[in-house]
Amino acid sequence: MAERELKRKSAPARTETEVIEEAPAASERGEKIKAELDDLMDEIDEVLEDNAEEFVRNYVQKGGQ
Amino acid sequence: MAIPKVCGIETEYGIHVPGGDGNPIAASSVLVNAYATEAERRTDWDFEDETPANDARGFTRVGSLAPVVETHLANTVLTNGARYYVDHAHPEYSSPECADPLSCVLYDKAGEEVLRRSMRAAAHVYPNAPGAVVYKNNSDGKGNSYGCHENYLMDRAVPFAKVAAAIVPHFVTRQIFTGAGKVGAETAALDRSAVTFQISQRAEFFEEVIGLETTLKRPIVNTRDEPHADPRRFRRLHVIVGDANLAEVATFLKVGTTAIVLAMVEDDVSPPRDLTPADPVRSLHQVSTDLTLARPFMLSDGSTATALAVQWELYTAARKYADHYGLEVLGNDGVGEQVLQRWEAVLHGLEQDPSTLFRQLDWVAKHRIVEAYRERHGCEWGDSRLAALDLQYHDLRPSRSLHARLGMERLVDDEAIASAVTTPPADTRAWFRGQCLARWPEAVVTANWDSLVFDLGTDPLRRVPMMDPLRGTAAHTAALLEASSSPAQLLERLSA
Repeated sequence: MAERELKRKSAPARTETEVIEEAPAASERGEKIKAELDDLMDEIDEVLEDNAEEFVRNYVQKGGQ
Repeated sequence: MAIPKVCGIETEYGIHVPGGDGNPIAASSVLVNAYATEAERRTDWDFEDETPANDARGFTRVGSLAPVVETHLANTVLTNGARYYVDHAHPEYSSPECADPLSCVLYDKAGEEVLRRSMRAAAHVYPNAPGAVVYKNNSDGKGNSYGCHENYLMDRAVPFAKVAAAIVPHFVTRQIFTGAGKVGAETAALDRSAVTFQISQRAEFFEEVIGLETTLKRPIVNTRDEPHADPRRFRRLHVIVGDANLAEVATFLKVGTTAIVLAMVEDDVSPPRDLTPADPVRSLHQVSTDLTLARPFMLSDGSTATALAVQWELYTAARKYADHYGLEVLGNDGVGEQVLQRWEAVLHGLEQDPSTLFRQLDWVAKHRIVEAYRERHGCEWGDSRLAALDLQYHDLRPSRSLHARLGMERLVDDEAIASAVTTPPADTRAWFRGQCLARWPEAVVTANWDSLVFDLGTDPLRRVPMMDPLRGTAAHTAALLEASSSPAQLLERLSA
């Protein structure tokens, strides 16, 4: 218990140090993640069921276990 | 003393036939039969030893609805040791018995592949029929739910009441990493106008703390007592509270953390204080709808805790338990230690920023694309495109699956999954079942979890009992099977 408490307390401090030292890298990483998400959302727009309303309405299941 | 946590996952898949006649039983049968004809020879399942009405609390049910066992429906046993059949209008894949949580992930993913191959086989066998689409989820968004059950081998000597009491805190709170995520709410248990997105697919369908039902008044702890093994030595805890996971890390943690908590019960180790919620059903619902993970609920001792705090206390107790007792019951190769490390890492992630776990957890991954979609298209909650996005996350077709596009972290690779579709795990009795089916499909007339029945062309039929899930492994039977050129020879040697 004590050991875990220690680890948890030290974790935020370590993160802050990283943020200060690696700020440019972190923002680059953030932009990369955002660009990836944009590409992903383009792809999702392409494959999402055309008639969402009808698809959702017709997706009816019998209850199971 | 804790016994090996042999485990399995039983998934009822959602099935939808665009433009079809709406008969899900027929559509499910087509899938199972097409797979059986195209990919595997059909072996009938034997219901003789199935007793779904037996209650782990020690009585046989009186006056409540018995689960219906529909023996006329499509029903088959695969060479990987799994059972694949139609249950309650859904195709169901019950994984073979697995000796550790990582193997359980592998055979659960193999199940998804069986369903994908079934869709292709059905299109081949019935080229003119509208094809069924399979979804690995737990609800239709209209108040109908279907299950993804887990099972764990337990020592019969441990009283069931003790198991039930100890597992409730875990079952109420583990959803913060096992939840598959859901847009909106669909039962009277929740305020549908207030819930926009929740963590669990299944949580709102639970109404009782403990009970035998699985299809109505669902209980957090299910008391179905079907050991599928020697009933004097074993029980098999049947868990119905979980969501169906596509994320491998989520499945690994779902099975791994539960196996550890159950092993602790068998070794009589518990967290320093009782973590049982004062109202477990209400807490289950509350945890599912609290995306901040910050809202506390009341424990039975009058104190309060968040789901995350309960999980930290369970993890801490589990770590201490592992240091004293080891985790060999979770399999060899350090799988138990991997579970502990993942468990700690995920709790840290949830504590600091849940959104960082978008490659590990289903609910986080789904929430991320739902929010991105809302932002991009300016949708209000209630827009059917968000509900469609939710459903399509679980679509198993590679061309349509959203989950498959999200770059989720993998624990097992495609080659291993393809092999697991036809090859049983080597370290449980599933090995013997699967190998006999692969070698002598004509001779095995019926199969069950705990027996095989052979027809050697001479009377009577010969039944081979398999009452211990850890016997019948490759180590026990590979040489015997190799040396037997016929099933008759195998049975002769077995009885010698």
